[in-house]
Amino acid sequence: MSRAEDQALNHASRRDVLKAAAALTVAFWLPRGAGATRPEAAGAAGSALEPNAFVRIGADDTVTVFAKHLEMGQGVYTGLATIVAEELDADWKNVRVEGAPADAKRYNNLAFGPMQGTGGSSSISNSYEQLRKAGATARALLVTAAAQRWNVPAADVTVTSGIVEHKSSGKRAHFGELVADAAKLPVPADIKLKDPATFKLIGKDAARVDSRDKSNGTAIFTQDIHLPGMLTAAVIHAPLYGAKVKGFDAAKAKAIKGVKSVVAFETPVRSGVAVLAADFWTAKKAAELVTVDWDDSAAFKRSSAELFAEYRELAKQPGASAKQVGDVTKAFGSAARTIEATYEFPFLAHASMEPLNCVVRVGAQDCEVWNGEQFQTVDQAAIAKLLGLQPASVKLNQLYAGGSFGRRANPQSDYLLEAAAIAKAAGVSEPVKMVWTREVDMRAGFYRPMYVHTLKAGLDQEGKLVAWQHRIVGQSILAGTAFGGSGIDNSSVEGASTLPYEIPNLSVELHTTKLAVPVQWWRSVGSTHTAFSTECFIDEIARATKQDPYAVRRALLSDKHRRHQAVLELVATKSGWTQPRAKDEVWGLALHESFNSVVGQVAQLRRTADGFKLERVICAVDCGLAVNPNIVAMQMESGIGYGLAAALSGAITLKDGAIEQSNFDDYSVLRMNQMPAIDVHILPSTNKPTGVGEPGTPVIAPALANALAAASGKSIRTLPLAGQGVTLV
Amino acid sequence: MLTLDINGKKFETDAEPDTPLLWVLRDHLGMTGSKYGCGKALCGACTVHVDGAATRSCVLPVSAAATMKITTIEAVGNSVVGRAVQDAWIAENVPQCGYCQSGQVMSATALLTTNKKPTDADIDAAMSGNICRCATYVRIRSAIKRAASALA
Repeated sequence: MSRAEDQALNHASRRDVLKAAAALTVAFWLPRGAGATRPEAAGAAGSALEPNAFVRIGADDTVTVFAKHLEMGQGVYTGLATIVAEELDADWKNVRVEGAPADAKRYNNLAFGPMQGTGGSSSISNSYEQLRKAGATARALLVTAAAQRWNVPAADVTVTSGIVEHKSSGKRAHFGELVADAAKLPVPADIKLKDPATFKLIGKDAARVDSRDKSNGTAIFTQDIHLPGMLTAAVIHAPLYGAKVKGFDAAKAKAIKGVKSVVAFETPVRSGVAVLAADFWTAKKAAELVTVDWDDSAAFKRSSAELFAEYRELAKQPGASAKQVGDVTKAFGSAARTIEATYEFPFLAHASMEPLNCVVRVGAQDCEVWNGEQFQTVDQAAIAKLLGLQPASVKLNQLYAGGSFGRRANPQSDYLLEAAAIAKAAGVSEPVKMVWTREVDMRAGFYRPMYVHTLKAGLDQEGKLVAWQHRIVGQSILAGTAFGGSGIDNSSVEGASTLPYEIPNLSVELHTTKLAVPVQWWRSVGSTHTAFSTECFIDEIARATKQDPYAVRRALLSDKHRRHQAVLELVATKSGWTQPRAKDEVWGLALHESFNSVVGQVAQLRRTADGFKLERVICAVDCGLAVNPNIVAMQMESGIGYGLAAALSGAITLKDGAIEQSNFDDYSVLRMNQMPAIDVHILPSTNKPTGVGEPGTPVIAPALANALAAASGKSIRTLPLAGQGVTLV
Repeated sequence: MLTLDINGKKFETDAEPDTPLLWVLRDHLGMTGSKYGCGKALCGACTVHVDGAATRSCVLPVSAAATMKITTIEAVGNSVVGRAVQDAWIAENVPQCGYCQSGQVMSATALLTTNKKPTDADIDAAMSGNICRCATYVRIRSAIKRAASALA
């Protein structure tokens, strides 16, 4: 091959990439058929059946499901499509998924109210009935169209795997052959859903729709977007929260070939400088040559050690009441014995694999964004406000997200506003791709807050638990956001205020602190800390009273908590909790409910010459009906791995206001050699689906700590374990 | 102007010589399968094969890659081992968010190319440089074993 041919190929491949990106855009711009303006019609005439906002069936038999939720790894594209395909009786091989556009009217999260967004492990649960109806409606239209064409009763027409059939006459048709006729029919108002006993896809392990593209490098993330004329922006953030750009010298940066401009930007969240260039490496290199003069007169300059000391003092005082049962003061007065413990938790970064980024094109009258969008309605409104546009003029193109764990659902739209502010400051009409380095991402804040908990238990003469006082000290995640109100932030106390154990006198109190460190929900939110303190404290009580951890929990669970009872019994049975164990085996147990799902885990450690090895985790879950049991298992595995990373080594620390961590060398995360084997057992259920993405996360840390404490007799009350003399091999 | 041998084809680039290979692939040549995750060879999302060895392209200056044979995720499926690894990845439903998986597939393919029947310890040694925040490690391990069986 000649060099000229090589070059041509090279350019062709580049053009193909551009074309692919453009096609992606076009897909989001496609009108959703005439159905949007003529609600009585079943879809665009002729080429496709599109009876509602969630499904389109093409003449080529392709069933496209529009996912209103972000696919960030949790398998939601597959889960949502499974629900539609089930009621439609579609052939799974012909089902594809497309991210829905931003439109709170059609695509709001029913658990959030009039707002489109993904979070709170609510995607499947809020969509379940909605998507069953969407699929059943499309099926009914296809059946009616077939019945009319064949002149047979609709009741005699069956649908199996994408084939519509009238068995006695032998007539049959693929979906695609019927869509033109079906699209002309009125959409039925009432629709009968299947008897769940007849499900063929729900409850089975449909293959993930995104596996192939994510195994061969063709899946497109925000980071991969290339648009004609696009500039890449590298950013410099203030080294301290609250510091502002006073001035900057960009002479050296501007001398670098390929640098287009260097601008200061300011958003309601932060102040900084951005370098715009033709490509990322040029922008990053140039950014390193910019010197910024920061005004840090109002910046936050405190350190973690001093904050923990302050939190510990606060925990000695009564806080605002988050939950009260009986009379705790009186009960402690008459208790035969009390046990107390203080638990401490650091800030945690989400540290998704894809550092935050965003592509934005700011036009005179509109704005277009390419992003793994988790909070469409909030982001649209925030960008519109910044640019002086109507929210509807901000178009959001949905992409895969390289993880989020809560971070992309930012109540202040921090990184999206930053990209828009940079494009605005630079005054460019070309698209701008803002790319944060890992270091910028790690230090940008919006962490899981740091917390101090104190727990105090009162026991009577027989060792029975009669009083429980739980104080929590930490920042509010919701305060100051559109989601916050006055009083107790439930996300600070959830898991503690919802303790399932039957204790006659119980008090949960909260001290809400205010720091300039931005905080945010982090996979399982309040449960990240409340599960640890409550479940470790139960084991402390068990050790103090020489009881078995399983027996203590089982005795404290009344029939008001049958799901907890069942999950606890399942995890005990599957792990063989009550059976004799080898001498070198050390196990720990924890049980916790979050996002309406109950998870129990047994961490099985083996004592070796070099330290403890976490060999296996037995996990039981009640998540209602499991739409896709294999994906439920994946999410339990993922939650355990994510929670384990934080338990072992996760900590963001402040020194005089500066974040001490920067990358995966000083913010260690879980690696292959640290991952235990995991057995997941799903409690059979016919109840509505409940959360799956988060509930596996908070249970592993207490299960692990309880095992280690059982082995040594020494309680673990601070996370992470790193630096506490505990070695896991 | 540097000439690169990528996926069996010759490419010319006018990128600065100190530009890491990763950014030449992504921004200059439009091959976006290899990902940026850390920029310091800490996470493995950028893994490519350089003369057959799994290499972190985020710290390899393009000038140093000019004389070598580079294979990326875009073409690794053309090899028998790479195809077996990708098939195993799909069969085991390995990817979740998927962002790290190009690098995981590249590391696994390099492992199975030199070690037909890796033990758990071999897998730990070869794969611990590749971070997955979704913690798909259980399935990565299963998929590597599945691919090894398929290739046996």
